[in-house]
Amino acid sequence: MHEISLLESVLDTLESQAEQQGFTQVKQVVLEIGELSCVEADALRFGFAAVMKNSLAEHAELLIIKVAGQGVCPKCQQTVLLETRHDPCHHCGSFGVTVLQGQTMRIKELIVV
Amino acid sequence: MCGICGCGSSTKSKFSPLKPHQHSHDSHAHESHGERLIRVEQDILAKNDSYADENRAYFQQHGIFALNFVSSPGAGKTTLLVATINALKNIRPIFVIEGDQQTDLDADRIRATGVAALQINTGKACHLDAQDIGRAVQSLNVPDNSLLAIENVGNLVCPSSFDLGEAHKVVVLSVTEGDDKPLKYPDMFYAADVMIINKMDLLPYTNFDVARCIEFAKRINPDIEVLQLSATQESSLGAWLDWLNQGR
Repeated sequence: MHEISLLESVLDTLESQAEQQGFTQVKQVVLEIGELSCVEADALRFGFAAVMKNSLAEHAELLIIKVAGQGVCPKCQQTVLLETRHDPCHHCGSFGVTVLQGQTMRIKELIVV
Repeated sequence: MCGICGCGSSTKSKFSPLKPHQHSHDSHAHESHGERLIRVEQDILAKNDSYADENRAYFQQHGIFALNFVSSPGAGKTTLLVATINALKNIRPIFVIEGDQQTDLDADRIRATGVAALQINTGKACHLDAQDIGRAVQSLNVPDNSLLAIENVGNLVCPSSFDLGEAHKVVVLSVTEGDDKPLKYPDMFYAADVMIINKMDLLPYTNFDVARCIEFAKRINPDIEVLQLSATQESSLGAWLDWLNQGR
């Protein structure tokens, strides 16, 4: 359940941002989660309220923007949409597609008071 | 509706990210409800990664070759480490960091070889993080040019995300497990540079298909290096010890 550790890391970032930017309460947290990242959006949603309890982000809303997986085929050089990291190229069937997008786990933005 | 704050205005927002949330609606400014938008654009693991970068720089400065051993529970990481230590301890200094949720049992097995080991109990956590390793390296007082073996918590999921500053992740998979594990846990096989197929002496008693396992691992990670051995049989360790001695 490393989603809890990731959320604790999010909370650390919120706290340091609060110090730098001078806010006391977080109303909304926007995360960008790639479809190929090793994190489950539902598990993040599940743990969010528990981790943010008694913090500056208690009752904050969590918004998750999913980023589709995309890569380029090493053989035919075509762009490939990926559901998993090991999907073959759907143009030529080769494996080993180089992932270009969809691995991110980012804190994108916050709405704060 | 404003996509930023949901305030009900239909005007498109124009705002400066690091200033107070003051995109200029015709009807009102957002400062009126005291809310503002802050662009963070930071990786969730940024803090861990910065500790990992510090560790990596320290390892490079001091010629420490750090490896992060990952596997399912029971794949034979500790047995492999004990065998490796026995083969190399008279050649170069070796230090071990053991990660488990509970107990000192693995560190005790390592210490029985005469090599220093530090046990980290992660409690409820399912992985070691880079800050744990930074602290452990300082307290172990690891000398220059050592081999530092970090045995992660037995778990093929979570440790894949956490860079510890190691030179390589080494994933250990034993033939008593399924040969389809690379496809089941792709993130770990993608993150690893080396896959050790362990317990090869038991192969005749299993239906593990070595070629299939390697093919699956290479689908995930075409560059993964594969070594086959039995940690309990010293004679099978040659290629692994050669790889370690190259210390890349």
